[in-house]
Amino acid sequence: MKDIRFEAVGKAFPTRAGREFVALADVTLTVAEREFVAVVGPSGSGKTTLMRMAAGLDHPTSGSVKVGGREVTAPGPDRAVVFQAFALFPWKTVRENIAFGLRCQGAPREKQDAVVARYLKLMSMEGTEDRYPHQLSGGMQQRVAIARSYAIEPDVLLMDEPFGALDAQTRTVMQEELVRLSRREPRTVLFITHAVEEAVYLADRVVVLARDPGRLREIVDVRPLREAEEWESRPIDEVMDLPSFTHLRTHVWRLLRDQIRPDD
Amino acid sequence: MAFMTLAGPPPPPRQLMLLSAAGAVLFFGLWQAIAVSGAVSAETLPSPVAVLETAWRLSAAPFAGHTLFGHLLASLGRFGMGFGLAALVGIPLGLAMGRWRLLDDIVSPIFEALRFVAPLAWVPFAALWFGTGIGGPVMVIFAGAFPPCLINAYRGAKLVEVRLVEAAQTLGAGGLRIMAEVLLPGALPSIVAGLRVSAGLAWQSLIGAELIVASAGIGYMMVQAQSNLSPAIVMAGMLAVGVVGLTLDVALRRAERAVKARWGQA
Repeated sequence: MKDIRFEAVGKAFPTRAGREFVALADVTLTVAEREFVAVVGPSGSGKTTLMRMAAGLDHPTSGSVKVGGREVTAPGPDRAVVFQAFALFPWKTVRENIAFGLRCQGAPREKQDAVVARYLKLMSMEGTEDRYPHQLSGGMQQRVAIARSYAIEPDVLLMDEPFGALDAQTRTVMQEELVRLSRREPRTVLFITHAVEEAVYLADRVVVLARDPGRLREIVDVRPLREAEEWESRPIDEVMDLPSFTHLRTHVWRLLRDQIRPDD
Repeated sequence: MAFMTLAGPPPPPRQLMLLSAAGAVLFFGLWQAIAVSGAVSAETLPSPVAVLETAWRLSAAPFAGHTLFGHLLASLGRFGMGFGLAALVGIPLGLAMGRWRLLDDIVSPIFEALRFVAPLAWVPFAALWFGTGIGGPVMVIFAGAFPPCLINAYRGAKLVEVRLVEAAQTLGAGGLRIMAEVLLPGALPSIVAGLRVSAGLAWQSLIGAELIVASAGIGYMMVQAQSNLSPAIVMAGMLAVGVVGLTLDVALRRAERAVKARWGQA
């Protein structure tokens, strides 16, 4: 397992007017091994950029991003990404999608089959292995995408609003399943979302960003409460009704609210 | 023709069949009427019936060295080679250009300039460099078939969602695998559409090339018939060109539809 270290990370673009637009300024943040960190922030606070830099799909203009102590320069299978719009290969079946990363590693056929079968079972998707993504619902598609990422046994999981494209009900089910999965197979997770409730429910720590420029506002530690009240053994709706949960949620919400403008 | 134009929406299939048949009957009827009326001599304009008879005769009796099928086979062989070569080079190059900006910037200017040289304008060069046997005509077909293969693969690759390429990268796929398993299938609908255009152009350029450089083939047969003053054989050749061209087009159109249906686009 590896940790993620953002050290004084900044990202700036030159604008057409010849000035500089600062998307992220001086972000220092560590996601510890096996820790689940959710990042919330208004649009334009650079939360997706943060995730893309850890993935190696984007690069900081100042500071450095290190995963497991090594500077990130390019994408690699030690850091799997789950995208908001699923990004499944439409011409590959569920089985082929999940096995893709293993094939890249040259894993033998038997291992691929075993891993695919295991994740289909974990995601309660047995019987769908020969379907194509467009034959599945949004929730099912995102399950396949999550299985595809877990299948390569990455050290780090990067999730970019993975439930953002799902309807409210499916979203709740998926949140519960993700908690179940991350308890069974803990990984270092960086989870980007703009849903406060989701962040507080899933994460050990919630990182709140501010914008103009994108920067750290506050880090809220949820873990002590989660462990004391045993959230993980309770159903999601019950957890979300706990006074302690609503208190935390309101706290994070207030941190965000004063930055949200009417045009958001 | 399936052009959606200002002329309005297409009629239902049954009606379309009737209209198409009516057009054909009118065309061949007029042609037959003019030919048998004696207004134009049979040495200048043979009747459609005479052309069909000639085609039938040629399928057994050789002319200019081969039967009609012999010539057709020679033409199809060259077509296959030129077209296959164009696809084999054009598709990977187009995909790579769609993926790597640097390659695009290097190849595009030369390609853009060369593609305005009509396939038939390559004939003199092709004859000098590759001879009049197989190489010359194949080179001319290649010149005709190559641009649509490359352009459509390039456009198709550009249309592949960036997220899919990124997903493949983060799952550990290398450049070649991304080309073969992401860009190629993603661009396939566009590629197949390109192959259809390409096949049409290749077939047209081939016959043109054979008029000048060949010792067998439909084009060669037609030129020989011309110097032999046999318009019926010339027109039998044209008929064969038309039928084969149409068959190729229909087959590739089906392939195009099948790909689109499989990719969930139809």
